[in-house]
Amino acid sequence: MTMYLVIAVIVLFFLVIFQISKAAEYVAVLKGEEQNRKQTNKVNAFLMVAFMVAGLIGVWYCNELYYKKTLLPLESASVQGEKVDQMLWITLAVTGAVFILTQILLFGFAYKYQEKESRKVFYFPHSTKLEILWTVVPAIFLTVLVVMGLRNWFYFTGDAPADAMQVEVTGKQFGWIFRYPGKDNQFGKKYYKLIDGADNALGLVWKDSAAMNIKDDAASHDDIVTESTVYLVKNKPVKFIIGSRDVIHDVGLSQFRLKMDAVPGIPTTMWFTPKFTTKEMKEKTGNPNFVYEISCDQMCGNGHYSMRGVIEVVTQEEYDAWMAKQKPKYLAVFPDKDPANKKDSTATASVAIK
Amino acid sequence: MSNEAVLHAPTTTITHHHDAHADHGHEHHHHETFITKYVFSQDHKMIAKQFLITGMVWAVLGGLMSVLFRLQLGYPDAKFPWLQDLLGKFWVEDGKITAQAYYALVTTHGTVLVFFVLTAGLSGTFANFLIPLQIGARDMASPFMNMLSYWFFFAASCVMLSSLFVETGPFSGGWTAYPPLSALGQASPGSKTGMDLWLIAMALFVVSSLLGGLNYIATVLNMRTKGMSMTRMPLTIWALFFTAVLGVLSFPVLFSGFILLIFDRNFGTSFYLSDLYVNGVTLPNEGGSAILFQHLFWFLGHPEVYIILLPAMGMVSEILSTNARKPIFGYIAMIGSLFAIAILAFLVWAHHMFVTGLNPFLGSIFVLLTLLIAVPSAIKVFNWLTTLWRGNIRFTPGMLFAIGFVSLFISGGLTGIWLGNSALDIHLHDTYFVIAHFHIVMGVASMFGMFAGVYHWYPKMYGRYLNNTLAYTHFWITLIGAYLIFWPMHYQGLAGMPRRYYDYSIWESFKQFAELNRFISTVAMVVFATQLLFLFNFFYSIFKGRKVTNQNPWGSTTLEWTAPIRPGHGNWPGEIPEVHRWAYDYGKDGRDFVPQTEPVGANESHH
Repeated sequence: MTMYLVIAVIVLFFLVIFQISKAAEYVAVLKGEEQNRKQTNKVNAFLMVAFMVAGLIGVWYCNELYYKKTLLPLESASVQGEKVDQMLWITLAVTGAVFILTQILLFGFAYKYQEKESRKVFYFPHSTKLEILWTVVPAIFLTVLVVMGLRNWFYFTGDAPADAMQVEVTGKQFGWIFRYPGKDNQFGKKYYKLIDGADNALGLVWKDSAAMNIKDDAASHDDIVTESTVYLVKNKPVKFIIGSRDVIHDVGLSQFRLKMDAVPGIPTTMWFTPKFTTKEMKEKTGNPNFVYEISCDQMCGNGHYSMRGVIEVVTQEEYDAWMAKQKPKYLAVFPDKDPANKKDSTATASVAIK
Repeated sequence: MSNEAVLHAPTTTITHHHDAHADHGHEHHHHETFITKYVFSQDHKMIAKQFLITGMVWAVLGGLMSVLFRLQLGYPDAKFPWLQDLLGKFWVEDGKITAQAYYALVTTHGTVLVFFVLTAGLSGTFANFLIPLQIGARDMASPFMNMLSYWFFFAASCVMLSSLFVETGPFSGGWTAYPPLSALGQASPGSKTGMDLWLIAMALFVVSSLLGGLNYIATVLNMRTKGMSMTRMPLTIWALFFTAVLGVLSFPVLFSGFILLIFDRNFGTSFYLSDLYVNGVTLPNEGGSAILFQHLFWFLGHPEVYIILLPAMGMVSEILSTNARKPIFGYIAMIGSLFAIAILAFLVWAHHMFVTGLNPFLGSIFVLLTLLIAVPSAIKVFNWLTTLWRGNIRFTPGMLFAIGFVSLFISGGLTGIWLGNSALDIHLHDTYFVIAHFHIVMGVASMFGMFAGVYHWYPKMYGRYLNNTLAYTHFWITLIGAYLIFWPMHYQGLAGMPRRYYDYSIWESFKQFAELNRFISTVAMVVFATQLLFLFNFFYSIFKGRKVTNQNPWGSTTLEWTAPIRPGHGNWPGEIPEVHRWAYDYGKDGRDFVPQTEPVGANESHH
């Protein structure tokens, strides 16, 4: 019922506007078009300058309302992100100044040079000096921005430090799988045709297969595989090796100010250094529910909006304690290969090593 | 005197420059039936109107789609049972727009607005309408090809429309159609029949665009009237010419990308596919590259942005100069910057791919070339500002939209400097910041260019005026609304909020904008409703608008205003006029304007 009411009101509103507009046209013709045109010209000129003033106030007000909801009031959560923020502020200063200047000139000129009978137009078809001026000045500013940007770009995309920990991140519709290299610090081989449901979600090479011409890779036996949540260490650089099982996804890390696509068949990498543990961020943001979220930033199907991962940044001790509890996926799938399940001397030996 | 009589009585105030030829418009060179005049017409003016009206139909549909998905974003918890009654269960289930429908709407909105409205609707309309009239030709180089161009577009429209009604829904993988998502029906229901229809529609569209583009180029190069050297052409023609060149060189690349995609989808090839395990099934494809498609797509996709923008720039230059009663500032620099933009448009495509794992060195080259585009863009903006400076400005509706275009182009262009810098893009890529950027600079700005063109040339198209009060209302609400919708989105982007999400409420990092989303959705609905006002004005005025009695209502220098008020097929009843000067002699030697057809006087000053 309200629906029909709303429609009726809208239709009525349109009719009113239409009738007014039609009446205005008759009046204009009767009063003399030229005079009427001059009047509306004044009104529009005034609206131009009013729009500019209201707009600039609006820009400020919008900033008041929403600045605190962006990531900017908080420091970046990664060392690399600091550079992003720094660049962002410099770019904002340059483009912001140009924005305000040009908008004021545009609407200001529109108002100032509105039609007046007394005004004589200035015939000014070109001026080489001026044109060179506004070719060169933007070019100089852009050069500065490019140089700054590229220095950061090569830093972000350059090699990760040698002591960086490595984590493999694999996207799938609609979630994330993580793999740690395990004790040998080496990722075992994988082949996508070995992927099978829950047991071997990444297709790790665990046994020989003559049909596929592959040999068991012992390096894969101690790889740790987890889903949804990944643990990282504060102040320790981490290198993500990113891939996808199905369509293109994207590892979006808004608090760390970075992202990288997950492309099936073509591994990509991204490295960064987390600065704060999740616990510290809870305090800094004053939000007890704070988590670092991995958002999928590349359209990947109907569940795209729910493709969420979590990063827990912890201290080295917490990380070691967590890692000690993890069991290689291989041993979970083949319990008979697990030394802990064998009641012989090798089991005691492995315990002794711990 | 009745109301109608008042409206259509000849006015006495503006009678100067009333040409004797004005009333010869009803002469016809040959017999025309209803079919040859209105349906399979070969008259460029009629084809222009066909493009315009088809584009408007798509603009309404595309706009309506955005209203629907904004409804979901603004009111994620609300239920709309009446929408379910209207659209059926595929689109709305249990009173809520489904995720599948949401993505289908987003995808179709993007495709339709970019290609059908802002490419066909914009270049199709104004290249057809203005090129022959402004260069002094009787029609296009090949009127028949021109007719085919429209009908291929019409066929593309029909196929695209039909995809909305298939069982598995229209394509829903985003307008960029990245494989593997777009290649595999298993990955998304929208990638089944809907995607086949999408590809067929787009292939037909490419054919239409090429037929049109080749024709525009041939016409501009070969059919200019006597005296109309290239450097005397109005900037609209230069812009439409570069647009056509861009389209002719880049659409075939997109086409080849689509062909490979069709092969991957239907014939078991692996151009884009490798190492896939989808929905519990291992696929045999190995060795393809999903990134290859992105290169092919963006090789068109980026020039496409300029295919959309350049015609708007050209028309705005023309309209600003005419209504400021002052020559366009830096005519040659304006052509030069159009040329620079056209060249650079081909060299920046990979800035859409900074975070795909692209070689960082290659990325850095694209950063450089991308930011380089800011230079010709800056030249254009400053030249427009200088054109206004010390002018004598008449705020016709066309002029208002032209000024609005410049404002939006500045606002949206500046954020391009952020996104073109890869080290910032790595943070802002695929967030709402990008949505704000390209909607302002390409979407709304070009839409403003198109409105400016329609308001300015409507008297030439239909021999009647649009209602001014409605036009002013339309302009002010749309300008304010556009900023209210897209400006706050920058803040959402700076919070890292990803685009193309159906629901943000499960995200700790992005759920703080629920109220803002509601606000944006509300404004979007108001702005959409305002466009209906324009539509009404457009169609009502075709039949009932105030009649044009002055052959040159805006006091323009260009050739189209020397043709009769309602030109027949062939445009000029007698000889085609000869051109003696450039198109921007406004305010010269104390004269309001000097038409291009007037010979240069002995005592005339040089510039």
